[in-house]
Amino acid sequence: MADDVWILGIHMTKFGKHPTLDTIDLAAEATRGALSDGGVTMKDMGLIASGNLLAGGHVGQTLQKAIGQTGIPVINVANACATGATALKVCVMALRSGEADMALAVGVEKLAGAGLLSGGSRADDGGSWTPEGRYGAVTAVDGRIGTATMPGVFAQIGMEYGHRYGGTSFELFAQISEKNHAHSTLNPLAAYSKRFTLDEIMNDVMIAYPNTRPMCSANCDGAAAAVLVTGAKLKTLSLEQQRRAVKVAASVLTTDPWEEGCQVLPNVNTLTKAAASQAYEAAGIGPDDLDLVELHDCFATAELVHYDNLGLCEEGGAPDLFRSGATWRDGRIPVNVSGGLESKGHPISATGIANVWEIATHLRGEAGPRQIDGARVGLAHVIGLGSACGVHVLERSAA
Amino acid sequence: MSSQIPMVDYLRLGDDPRLVAHECEQCHARYFDHRIACAACEGESFRDVEVDPTGEVKAFTIVSLAAPGIPVPFVAALIDCDGTSVQANLVDVEADPEHVTLGMKVALTTYSLGTDDQGVEAIGFGFAPVP
Ligand SMILES: [Zn+2]
Repeated sequence: MADDVWILGIHMTKFGKHPTLDTIDLAAEATRGALSDGGVTMKDMGLIASGNLLAGGHVGQTLQKAIGQTGIPVINVANACATGATALKVCVMALRSGEADMALAVGVEKLAGAGLLSGGSRADDGGSWTPEGRYGAVTAVDGRIGTATMPGVFAQIGMEYGHRYGGTSFELFAQISEKNHAHSTLNPLAAYSKRFTLDEIMNDVMIAYPNTRPMCSANCDGAAAAVLVTGAKLKTLSLEQQRRAVKVAASVLTTDPWEEGCQVLPNVNTLTKAAASQAYEAAGIGPDDLDLVELHDCFATAELVHYDNLGLCEEGGAPDLFRSGATWRDGRIPVNVSGGLESKGHPISATGIANVWEIATHLRGEAGPRQIDGARVGLAHVIGLGSACGVHVLERSAA
Repeated sequence: MSSQIPMVDYLRLGDDPRLVAHECEQCHARYFDHRIACAACEGESFRDVEVDPTGEVKAFTIVSLAAPGIPVPFVAALIDCDGTSVQANLVDVEADPEHVTLGMKVALTTYSLGTDDQGVEAIGFGFAPVP
């Protein structure tokens, strides 16, 4: 049987605007932080998995040149908003296979000031109508045949849930955003930590109904990194390192299986349900065992559907779960106590490691004023359109 | 005689415009893009089938921020056309949540996107509410 994998050290930078730090500066800060947190150095690493989307294809090697060139293999990964989780998964696979006994996952993005992230469109070049591409389109179709912009896609995903099960409303989606912004006031690393009233959220600029601006994830800069270690190697380290280590009880990556309509509106449900059930089985737990969850609230409409996809409620029960107060930080199953992507921010490739950092910090009892008391087990979820879903279940060390 | 070209090749023009899907002969999965194989069953044979021109809105959003040249706000919708999911803009309707509702009945319609240097008119499609 494959060895257990543990998080030995983990770190996230402050998320927000970092005009004087470039991609490598941020990745280096996160990496140095994770190494220091774990009491190890680059010389101890057997592999680096480096996630980034916007700074070219080899951030991992450039990072080595900044902080430590030891000749180890680097795998640069890109998997949309699941890039950080994918870097973690690559490390987990390397450790379980015996290729290495310690590995570094890092995710970094410079996104402050980026505008609307579109699903892609093509400019009209005048002259004559000429069919191009897989649909023989004579013009840019984004905005003419529905929308491929992220706020619009995720708005429809929330609305589709409402059509199927009922119980949703503009106000309900806005209340989810109200919760996450309220949570963010306790997180000093969040890009935004301002509380909004429900009225302020509902009357802010409408981006794609029912998502107003504060209901959308915040583009910002940031990085996060983690040092992973095998259980066997961990036993050779100090008692203090063993005490603070966090067990990776499940590390799951899925894509969307074919289902009617999945190539028309991206389906974020099938693959999240599959990832969650595989993760619960691997960890030998159920959703009722979770003490906290960080899930991918790229938009307020998305958080709602993932309550259901992660099994936090019965099928169709997400509006009732939210209205019961269960997902507030003092509720039965706190969700996004970090403030979530709507306030903490969403530097894409960093997100899938930063949410693991949040869970790990609570499990270690080091979350300060926002600590969820007695947290023993937590789940971190990300999803990237295309689609890729990453779910990690983490457990506090018994040591 | 002026000629016309559809905005996308899966829109078939004529007196009764229709969306035409490529349907897998083996498992009946439907696609709107060029296909080499079926993502559901890996079959390699497809036939063209007309999609029901009427349907029901199963999701929508009202987009207020879009690429240059796209008038806003507009309504983007996911429409269930008798079991086939179609993405389209809703047209001939006020773009606000009082006039657009989940479950509303809609039907395919076409409109002009303009004429190019050679006098060819491009025709787009949308779905409009049915009374
Ligand atoms: Zn097929």
